[in-house]
Amino acid sequence: MATPTDDRIADTTRTVEEMGRDAIGRTEAQVIGTSPIERTALEREEELFTVNMGPHHPATHGVLRLLVSLEGEVVRDLKPVMGYVHTGIEKSCEQKSYWKVIPFVERMDYLSYYFNAEAFCGAVEKLLELEIPPRAKWLRTLHLELNRISSHLVGLGTTALDLGAISMFWYCFRERDTILDLMEMSSGQRMHTRYFQVGGVIEDIPLGFEQKVREFIAEMPERINQYAALLDRNEIFLLRTKGVGIVSRERLLELGVTGPLLRAAGEPWDLRKVAPYLAYGEVEFDIPIGTTGDNYDRYKVRLQEMRESVRIVEQCLDGLPEGPWIADDRKVVLPPRHELGTSMEALIHHFKLVTEGFRVPPGEVYHPIESPRGELGCFVVADGSAKPTRVHMREPSFVNLQALRDMCMDEYVADMICNLAMLDPILGGIDR
Amino acid sequence: MPDAPGLELIAHEINTRHEGSVLGTTYDHEQAALLIGPDSALKVLRYLKEAPGQEYSFLASLHAADYLPRTPRFAVHYELLNMARVERLRVKCLIEDPGEDRLPETDSVTGIFPTAEFHEREVYDFFGIVFRGHPDLRRILMPEDYVGWPQRRDFPVGGDPVIFTNTEDEIPGWTKGS
Repeated sequence: MATPTDDRIADTTRTVEEMGRDAIGRTEAQVIGTSPIERTALEREEELFTVNMGPHHPATHGVLRLLVSLEGEVVRDLKPVMGYVHTGIEKSCEQKSYWKVIPFVERMDYLSYYFNAEAFCGAVEKLLELEIPPRAKWLRTLHLELNRISSHLVGLGTTALDLGAISMFWYCFRERDTILDLMEMSSGQRMHTRYFQVGGVIEDIPLGFEQKVREFIAEMPERINQYAALLDRNEIFLLRTKGVGIVSRERLLELGVTGPLLRAAGEPWDLRKVAPYLAYGEVEFDIPIGTTGDNYDRYKVRLQEMRESVRIVEQCLDGLPEGPWIADDRKVVLPPRHELGTSMEALIHHFKLVTEGFRVPPGEVYHPIESPRGELGCFVVADGSAKPTRVHMREPSFVNLQALRDMCMDEYVADMICNLAMLDPILGGIDR
Repeated sequence: MPDAPGLELIAHEINTRHEGSVLGTTYDHEQAALLIGPDSALKVLRYLKEAPGQEYSFLASLHAADYLPRTPRFAVHYELLNMARVERLRVKCLIEDPGEDRLPETDSVTGIFPTAEFHEREVYDFFGIVFRGHPDLRRILMPEDYVGWPQRRDFPVGGDPVIFTNTEDEIPGWTKGS
């Protein structure tokens, strides 16, 4: 014997009155017409369906919200909405003396903290016209490149995770952890190290650090080959990345996109090469570029960049000059600790630097460097006091995010996840 | 970077085409800057992007600063870049504070540099500078119902009450209508 429910579905010719209270809550498409399924199939193609993604979706790599207009499975429009982790860092920087700003800016892009510190310290050093000693330059280069590898590892791991390759995530984080151990060894912190100071670095690398780094760079190229072996022959990964998310080189330049995204589209633009800073002019490395600019090229460029970074780290260890690691300018740099017990002058300088901070002559500079995500520029306005008037970070993630719409337009919504992962945005950097 | 004489040449060339648009130049820390007024921003930037010999076709960054108590109070900085020559040029657009509740205004450059869209929204969000002709000028990082321009120098830090369960009744407008 049929249940009452089966009876209703089978007999669609009955009117609403006949069905009585049972009809309430059912849509028109189900009640009127002969086949409910046909009816819905007709309407689907014609209307745009707006879906809200995020802000807490794990595939948005942070707290990013995407308003996506879909036609079936195809993305027809996309608007990113951000600001959910805005903490007013730029405003807070204006209330702090210069040396206290460094830990603030490090927390913007939380995966490439060394780069934020370098952008800010470099800008202040330009304002002070302070030359940093050679050993500090090489030590900074060394740490920047280690940081670049760890940042790309997180990008690669999370991208593969979004495409279902969860083992890649663990492998990448294993190597990243080794780098964090190295950073802990040289600076005492795993993240947000505050290792870079205005004038150099806070202290020399400890005994045994070089040995540990050499062990790491001996192992890393083989690890990168393993990642490539895991992904390059993975049919799912290839199908999901090849030919997906292509944006032309010209359009990327119009949108201000820099970094691996631009290089994957065939533009060999890298600030380390075209306008060398620190020790980049003295080390040998190549700029990997892509051809089509699809997601596969972006992955390949990042992978090769890690290999180049390993090369730079090795050259930094070989070419590391001896000498002081911080400038000898007592008006800017803290005096060595052992002098405080014997020299009154050193004590006064120490006191002034810790209480008031150093003063920076009036002026404004824009200091761009190449971060793992593109051009990271720090704009600092000084008014002659011990606090900056304005600190602005040109965050590459913030600018690159504008390209997401072009990458996702008229492609499947599933590829949007891959595109966003390959864009590698850091919401801490976008929202600041 | 164009050197100091090169900067003067650029300024002179712009002033012969569009008279009085470049108000001055600065050259500090090996960084060249052109000072312009809000009405000539479009003309100058279009010239610097398109004129043969200039071709600063990449807008690296756009940001603002509040120079209170100096006048003009605000400035919008355009960090231009010529990728072929690796030359950077800053265009500093000085904007007066119109006072009272009116907002300072300048022209949007999104038509010339599409990358400026997010940057201009950010400047509007934090400084209250209106960009005429911007396609979608809304707050970008602050909440959309936020009142005030937080990056201005006369905007206080702190002062927003922090709501806890034991104090929520005391904070006006939170649980009760007042």
